[in-house]
Amino acid sequence: MITTDILIIGAGPTGLFAVFEAGLLKLKCHIIDALPQQGGQLAELYPKKPIFDIPGYPSVMAGELVDNLMEQIKQFQPGFTLNERAETIDKLEDGTFIVTTNKGTKHHAKVVAIAGGLGSFEPRKPLIENIAFYEDKGVEYFVKDPELFRDKKIVIAGGGDSALDWSIFLADVASEVTLVHRRNEFRGALDSVEKVQELKKLGKINLITPAEVTGIIGEQHVEGLAITKHDETKIIATDYFIPLFGLTPKLGPIANWGLEIEKNAIKVNNALDYQTNIDGIYAIGDVNTYPGKLKLILCGFHEATLMCQSVYNRINPGKKYVLKYTTVSGVDGFDGTRKEAEKQVVKAIE
Amino acid sequence: MAQDITVKITDREGVVHEVQAPTDMAMNVMELCRSYELAPEGTIGICGGMAMCASCQCYVLNDVALPEMEADEEAMLSEAFYVKPNSRLGCQVPITEALDGLEIELAPES
Repeated sequence: MITTDILIIGAGPTGLFAVFEAGLLKLKCHIIDALPQQGGQLAELYPKKPIFDIPGYPSVMAGELVDNLMEQIKQFQPGFTLNERAETIDKLEDGTFIVTTNKGTKHHAKVVAIAGGLGSFEPRKPLIENIAFYEDKGVEYFVKDPELFRDKKIVIAGGGDSALDWSIFLADVASEVTLVHRRNEFRGALDSVEKVQELKKLGKINLITPAEVTGIIGEQHVEGLAITKHDETKIIATDYFIPLFGLTPKLGPIANWGLEIEKNAIKVNNALDYQTNIDGIYAIGDVNTYPGKLKLILCGFHEATLMCQSVYNRINPGKKYVLKYTTVSGVDGFDGTRKEAEKQVVKAIE
Repeated sequence: MAQDITVKITDREGVVHEVQAPTDMAMNVMELCRSYELAPEGTIGICGGMAMCASCQCYVLNDVALPEMEADEEAMLSEAFYVKPNSRLGCQVPITEALDGLEIELAPES
């Protein structure tokens, strides 16, 4: 069981900055995220895009902002449960919480802070009528274990980096790789496109463009796919179908936790501390809503700061807290490091 | 002084909204839809207007001249669902006076 003071759900910028503010108050944090890396939307959707409204940064790449936030919180040694989605929450008699992920990892925390942005990222599923029946029966939206496809026939659909990269990788694993894309042009990295072209020439990848997978055939498992090209449909035999059309955010299981939801967001008390209708569960950043809410990273930072003050008072009732300024008191990391401003050297004038 | 223009938007429930759009705020069609809350929060403009999610896909219903489609938009539409020949990404269509009278329909959520 993982134990912590604040369990943060969501490793986007708001969740990461909450670790820093909590650290200043000597509160330990652990973060759960459904994605395999930190950074949320910034890392997943637009790491190479500049952001212009972070105070003090005339311009910063989204990926660079994530790197900087990670550097900033390193001294507070947060724990991470990545690639797992927070599934259930149980409130114990003492007011603390147990949060369990979809993979069964249990976390015990004094408070829970939901910083889930727009929700957990789920695969975008192609509009094929019977696709749900074949999920886990030959339809795979992620390549979790490439060995699953060893010596099998696979069809990958999509035109982005994931489709290209997995086609290249699995060309050496599967017995047959077919890549289907709706147009002839791909929007992945140029070297990946060239590599696919090279593998096509070598006969290691079958490329079908411009075409679309329009049907799935099979008794209990995928056995073949209907592929439509120029209004003509052909059936090809395959063992697996891997549609890679990117991810879309969904609020997911959090929506069933008994939280008050409005417009796909969690209602919070913004006059006080961004707490939800459940005592001890907070929601900060893009995932929350209140009158006048603005979904901006800098607003998430502000909400994280106020939330941590409230958590401190909750965990340390009656204990006097004096707001500290890092310019005056520096930063004490949990790793024994101390950062503080250099002392001015005063010299006497003779 | 810049004039507001009129845009007709059919939402995902089939309801037609005639809205006034400012031309002096550097807005795009996706932001216009969000401003008037024509689709539930979290279902439009997910990527923040960078042609990376297609949640703001719309169908252009009349012959108002729109700016040419650029590579990013074309590439995203090549991967999106419910795409038709008249599909555009709202986030890639800036609101200018030339769009006065534009009629669009929001594509289904996917």
